[in-house]
Amino acid sequence: MEQIIANGLYLGAQYALIALGLTLIFSLMNVLNFAHGQMYVLGGFVCYTVVAQLGMPFIVGLVASALVLAVLGGLIERFLFRPVIRRSKRDESTMLLAAGIAFFLDAVILLLFGEKQRGVPKVVNGVFNWDFRIIMPYDRILIGMLAIGLIVAFILFMQYSKAGRAMRALAQDRVAAQLMGVDVDRYSMIGFAMGAMLAGLVGALLVTITGVNLGMGGPTSIKAFLMIMIGGAGVISGAIAGGFILGMMESVGLSVLSSYGDVTYLVIFATLMIFLAIRPQGLMGKPWG
Amino acid sequence: MLRRSFLKSTALAAVATLALIPAAHAENAKLKIGFVGVTSGPAAAWGISNQRSMEARAAWLNELGGVQIGDTTYDVQIVAFDDQKDPKRAIAGMEKMAQDGVHYVVGPNVDDGAAAVRPVAEQKGIIYFPYAFPKTLYVAPASNAILGMVANYQSGPAIYKYLMENKGVKKVAFVAANESDPLSQRDSGIEAAKALGLEVVSDKVTYQVDTTDFTPVLLPVLQAQPDLLVLSGVSPANAPQLIRSARELGYEGLISTETAQDASVLAEGAGDLAEGFISVGGASTEELASDAMREFVERYTKMFGEYNDESNTKVYALEYIIETLKANPAAISDVEEFKKTIDTFEAPNPFMVGDAKLRYVGESSFGQKRQLSVPLVVNEYRGGKFETLFVAEVD
Repeated sequence: MEQIIANGLYLGAQYALIALGLTLIFSLMNVLNFAHGQMYVLGGFVCYTVVAQLGMPFIVGLVASALVLAVLGGLIERFLFRPVIRRSKRDESTMLLAAGIAFFLDAVILLLFGEKQRGVPKVVNGVFNWDFRIIMPYDRILIGMLAIGLIVAFILFMQYSKAGRAMRALAQDRVAAQLMGVDVDRYSMIGFAMGAMLAGLVGALLVTITGVNLGMGGPTSIKAFLMIMIGGAGVISGAIAGGFILGMMESVGLSVLSSYGDVTYLVIFATLMIFLAIRPQGLMGKPWG
Repeated sequence: MLRRSFLKSTALAAVATLALIPAAHAENAKLKIGFVGVTSGPAAAWGISNQRSMEARAAWLNELGGVQIGDTTYDVQIVAFDDQKDPKRAIAGMEKMAQDGVHYVVGPNVDDGAAAVRPVAEQKGIIYFPYAFPKTLYVAPASNAILGMVANYQSGPAIYKYLMENKGVKKVAFVAANESDPLSQRDSGIEAAKALGLEVVSDKVTYQVDTTDFTPVLLPVLQAQPDLLVLSGVSPANAPQLIRSARELGYEGLISTETAQDASVLAEGAGDLAEGFISVGGASTEELASDAMREFVERYTKMFGEYNDESNTKVYALEYIIETLKANPAAISDVEEFKKTIDTFEAPNPFMVGDAKLRYVGESSFGQKRQLSVPLVVNEYRGGKFETLFVAEVD
């Protein structure tokens, strides 16, 4: 049981960080960013290039991934989403744009980094073994702690910084925030850049554990959407809760249901369908949006 | 004066170039060979190594002046189609090949794609070379599919037997991705292990291909304490993670698979934890590779920046097609002629040292020769590269 809980917490921390970026973008701009998974993959490849190819320390890889994805996210918002949102009132326009960006990034990743699975050496060697009740490699513990640290830093930033307060105001009521003098364009761009940066950071963190390949983008986006559906779309605390719930459900399912074959995600999807039928706005979302 | 002369000579050079270009193009006819397989998504490495092997070999042959089939010399042209691992797309790809007049197609890479294209291939007169193992594709009345590699039900028993005799393996556990290919490979692996007298201690655990943490997946498997953990049909993307998780959980037994892997991917993803990992490969190890194989690796690396060890097996399909067409030029537009040649065909294997031959096999598995004779090289990962554990042949 201890092992199941430890696995669930580790999975939950990385999932929550993935979901945070997606929900931030959704809350600020009402955009379902289907390219979130591809941004995660790109972050992993940037870290791989810096650490494995250029031989630099892992921390440099992390910072490089964060910067590259933040710049990319800012540019995508400024030159793609902003004009489309301005010219079209239809939600599907931004959805199609996001899907197009996902395909585009897939092609770019294939061209730049190739088709192979990539990974970087372990950051820390050794395995924590508590009397065979909990076995957890030290690098997973480190990555899990870093993920939790980043989640806390993100919450503090949103809570106490000027930019964070402006973005929360935007998320609550875009028009009211504009009337109160919040620069909507500026903070939308910062928000999108932060969302992309979070995706890139998780990719960079996990490249040391799971590696990265160009096919990981789509499934990552699907899991991120699952998490924000559980927690409530556009709600920061909901994304964190959704991430930890999905991580725990996966860990418990894989252990308890293993003798029945690969039914864990079948059970998760079935549970989610029933849950959404009862509470379509998720755990912490508002029914009105 | 000088300017006029310059303009004149430039004009002459331009005319000469224009006159020569069609002549150069008209020199050789085109021999179109198709590829329908997965070159995007999580399994992209399988198809891309296929396509790039074909393109590297075709460029090499064309550089040498083309291939002579009968009285005509051809430049080899590869026509590629990404089926995205989707059977519907695979059918569309095979239809496109038929429209382009292609009679020989390498791929698809997976079971459902290979099964889906069968009616199109048979109806449109296409011989195809899948990397998929269902026997129904190769057993009569099926006749247009030729297996491009060694199937797991052929390599599996050879590996298990070797490990029983040499490493004292008694208990085996299987883990597979929840997809058709790995599941069918797992089932035939279990059958083969039981037939050899091995005790199968875990055979139910599966995983999603997009799993990011294999610790919870492997926990129940390793609790059964197997001597050998078989990663059935594992993709190069998942293999390092599974190996790493198993070792980090304290597993000290043997780990093997019947699919081809890439040494650099294992080195990056699992590092020293991959030491001793057993997989199936082609003829690129030091002691087996011919000069031609080494040159192929060099050319591939020069063309695409990095070699893929999976191409050790995938280099063969195009070679077989061309050599069989050379043996019977009438087959160039008539696949029935190709089928007639299969039974007696034999040519030197340029990629292996010694007197190895290219020939079609499969009589014992399929009742007819519907498989390329690719060397069954069982490799062990040691110090960042593969070392040959043993070599066998498939009939």
